[in-house]
Amino acid sequence: MPQVKMTVNGKPASGEVEGRTLLVEFLRENLGLTGTHVGCDTSQCGACVVHVDGKAVKSCTMFAAEAEGSEVLTIEGVAAPDGTMDAVQQAFQDHHGLQCGFCTPGMVMSARALLADNPTPSEAEIRDYLEGNICRCTGYHNIVKAIMAASGQDVSTIAAQ
Amino acid sequence: MPKDSGIGASSKRREDVRFLTGAGHYTDDIDLRGQAYVHFLRSDVAHGTLKNVDTSAAEGMPGVVRVFTGADFAEVGGLPCGWQITDREGNPMQEPAHPVLAQGKVRHVGDPIAAVVAETREQARDAAEAIEVDIDDLPAVVDMKAALKDGAPKVHDELTSNLCYDWGFVEENREAVDAAIKSAAHVTRLELRNNRLVANPMEPRVAVGDYSRSTGESTLYTTSQNPHVIRLLMGAFVLGIPEHKLRVVAPDVGGGFGSKIFHYAEEAFCTFAAKALNRPVKWTSSRSEAFITDAHGRDHVTTIELALDKDNNFVALRTETHANMGAYLSTFAPSVPTWLHGTLMAGNYKTPLIYVNVKAVFTNTVPVDAYRGAGRPEATFQLERVIDKAARELGVDPVELRRQNFITEFPYPTPVAVEYDTGDYNATLDKLLEIADLAGFEARLAESKKNGKLRGLGVNCYIEACGIAPSHLVGQLGARAGLYESATVRVNATGGLVVMTGSHSHGQGHETSFAQVVADMIGIDENMVEIVHGDTANTPMGMGTYGSRSLAVGGSAMVRATEKIIAKARKIAAHLMEASEADIELKNGQFSVAGTDKSVAWGDVTLAAYVPHNYPLEDIEPGLEETAFYDPANFTYPAGAYACEVELDPDTGKVTIEGFAAADDFGNVVNPMIVEGQVHGGLAQGIGQALLENCAYDEDGQLLSASYMDYAMPRADDVPFYRVDHSCQTPCTHNPLGVKGCGEAGAIGSPPAVVNAVIDALQRAGRDVTHIDMPLSPSRVWDAMNKG
Repeated sequence: MPQVKMTVNGKPASGEVEGRTLLVEFLRENLGLTGTHVGCDTSQCGACVVHVDGKAVKSCTMFAAEAEGSEVLTIEGVAAPDGTMDAVQQAFQDHHGLQCGFCTPGMVMSARALLADNPTPSEAEIRDYLEGNICRCTGYHNIVKAIMAASGQDVSTIAAQ
Repeated sequence: MPKDSGIGASSKRREDVRFLTGAGHYTDDIDLRGQAYVHFLRSDVAHGTLKNVDTSAAEGMPGVVRVFTGADFAEVGGLPCGWQITDREGNPMQEPAHPVLAQGKVRHVGDPIAAVVAETREQARDAAEAIEVDIDDLPAVVDMKAALKDGAPKVHDELTSNLCYDWGFVEENREAVDAAIKSAAHVTRLELRNNRLVANPMEPRVAVGDYSRSTGESTLYTTSQNPHVIRLLMGAFVLGIPEHKLRVVAPDVGGGFGSKIFHYAEEAFCTFAAKALNRPVKWTSSRSEAFITDAHGRDHVTTIELALDKDNNFVALRTETHANMGAYLSTFAPSVPTWLHGTLMAGNYKTPLIYVNVKAVFTNTVPVDAYRGAGRPEATFQLERVIDKAARELGVDPVELRRQNFITEFPYPTPVAVEYDTGDYNATLDKLLEIADLAGFEARLAESKKNGKLRGLGVNCYIEACGIAPSHLVGQLGARAGLYESATVRVNATGGLVVMTGSHSHGQGHETSFAQVVADMIGIDENMVEIVHGDTANTPMGMGTYGSRSLAVGGSAMVRATEKIIAKARKIAAHLMEASEADIELKNGQFSVAGTDKSVAWGDVTLAAYVPHNYPLEDIEPGLEETAFYDPANFTYPAGAYACEVELDPDTGKVTIEGFAAADDFGNVVNPMIVEGQVHGGLAQGIGQALLENCAYDEDGQLLSASYMDYAMPRADDVPFYRVDHSCQTPCTHNPLGVKGCGEAGAIGSPPAVVNAVIDALQRAGRDVTHIDMPLSPSRVWDAMNKG
């Protein structure tokens, strides 16, 4: 079986994989990084979003071997080493942007990628960007609100009369 | 002033930190030493006779441990049904066997035929493809009315027909209802379909079976809303394992919405195979597999007639519903179209005469069971649609027609056998009119017109029944279970508490809100209270989480147990302060003697309980741990009023939600932030049902919408920011917290608002459209606009 090597959350990672092994399987099963989730098998739900070389990628849509030599960031690598959550994570907690938590890692990774490209996205831009992330619990209200808050926008009037 | 802790505070959720940092612990994150993987070979036809299942090639494939077929389960019990309905003639429903692996016949696409256990997931999947299955196809029945025709193919040969039951409620009212409708000044009639849905929690189901040779104990890790129910059903009815030798663990569960209440074949298989093979066996559902194995929801076809007198008072209501059961009876399926639906047909209105007829039908489709709201959305949808249609026929304001017929005095016994304890439907309606900014509608309508769009406004009310109980009543109605809840409160020597609850949290935030309640009662910091749930080994027997019951029933059990703790702690405090128990007051975690400056802290009392050197040992035992089981006196009845504003593109039929407002009465509220989040999520699911989601079968029983490519899940850009309000509060009169339940309201109240709004838009534009079946996709709306 081929050997793959990459950097995951700043640390070297390697393992033997089958050609058909998906990046998400390598992360979850070889590396034990179970924060990245699998919610579908058609690349629709976005629960598996990670960053590969700085870009948001659905890790169910990429073979592990394709990530050879890449820098991979998963949800486990987002908070500071002392556990302090980053601005997006903190905004999700502050604004109740998660319920069951299953889609959440993918949502956070997508939101971080959006904010890297567009530091103050409008409501419509956020909703459009999240096309590839499905949440069944929150009705998206508090996810969109949390991302706006994480970008420094005033969300105190949202849904007020 | 908003509180910053305890009951009424929007405490941030403590569970969020693990979910946000990738430290959640879901069932698929569990891998056990020596674990093997199972892949199920499933039927790809809807109906057929299994002639032969040849596993010989598969058995020789790399990594294969064993291949199981139906023959291995011939002596194993089938999956039990938890509710028996009695039909109009007094006969029990027809109840077919539901085998773990198919026995001689397959009855829906997805029915499991064989199971390959192998060293790896991929080897199990590869080997399953090498199994040769010889099936004689039989004609499938998919349409319910066709399934009931003479000569229709039978889903179960041993039954007399495809009719599970023909239920009448209240049967004694039938002739009076018929007579009232016949003589009424006006009758509005509506035929509609409540579209079949798939619950689609984002976490697919997973089961890991384990067996310990050293203790003889089986353990099942599973994605369940109610681990004790699974333990009871699987242990007692399927595998014959006594409960003390069976542990069921449901760790972090990624949403349920009803679909994870039920006991499924894969859970029984993994538990069975782990013992047979003496090694852990794991199954992880793919999303495609979830579509053909998770119980579906809704799928009712209904004719409803509302009779009004000359003054527009409701005088009678009659409904006839066909309810799809699918190919087998899922755990609580028979109760959904009956007791969870018929009892809600009074809605918020004082209709004196009601008759509900339900024919439950077997078809060659995936079993149908409870999905968020379960029966109550179906009741609300038909009632609120027919009222809207009546208002339009009579030329009266739909809002005023509702208001005129509101129940205004409580308690109110309905003609469909329930008693509403409290409510104020005018208050929620008034609040709705305010938050939905109805006064500004005409201006927004003019703006839409200017842009070549149609605009409409839909308003409706809803009532819900949560916390189904009491047990002796549901037993009479056919439930084969009690519907109490339990809690054990364990106080540690240093003052911290662990609350072990039979409720289960899979997104609802119990770890936060339950802790708020207990901390508030004692007057200590919320962080001193830990909530434990989801493991039959360390929680008392409980019925789990569904039907918006957790706080109303589980929370009440927790309150009762905490009251026992406080009562005992007061005795200890009285002893420590050499005072009379009657004079002891508890405030902010301090026990004091009334009228004196004597006090002892909570921690002094808890330490004394476990280090009883100065302790009334002659009167009370050491230790501080109490359990309570709570069986409610009645349902709770949340209610509210919802408004939806839509814009419609007449060129394409595309509907967009421009605004959605919800005014709910949930009684008292423990954590407003969590309550609002529950409503938001319910609204998205209801809007999804109304505009997007549809579980579609073709006439051969093939599921056409079996992935997220075809089943339209609501995305972020399908919904707006919602306006929600829960300030109208009529506390429940019969539980200690005065709470009613908020989990399903959004999904119950929203579909009729959306459809009413679209019909309103079309009629304002002069189109003669009175109804469109959900989902209101662009093609259906365009067709309705352009018919004739």
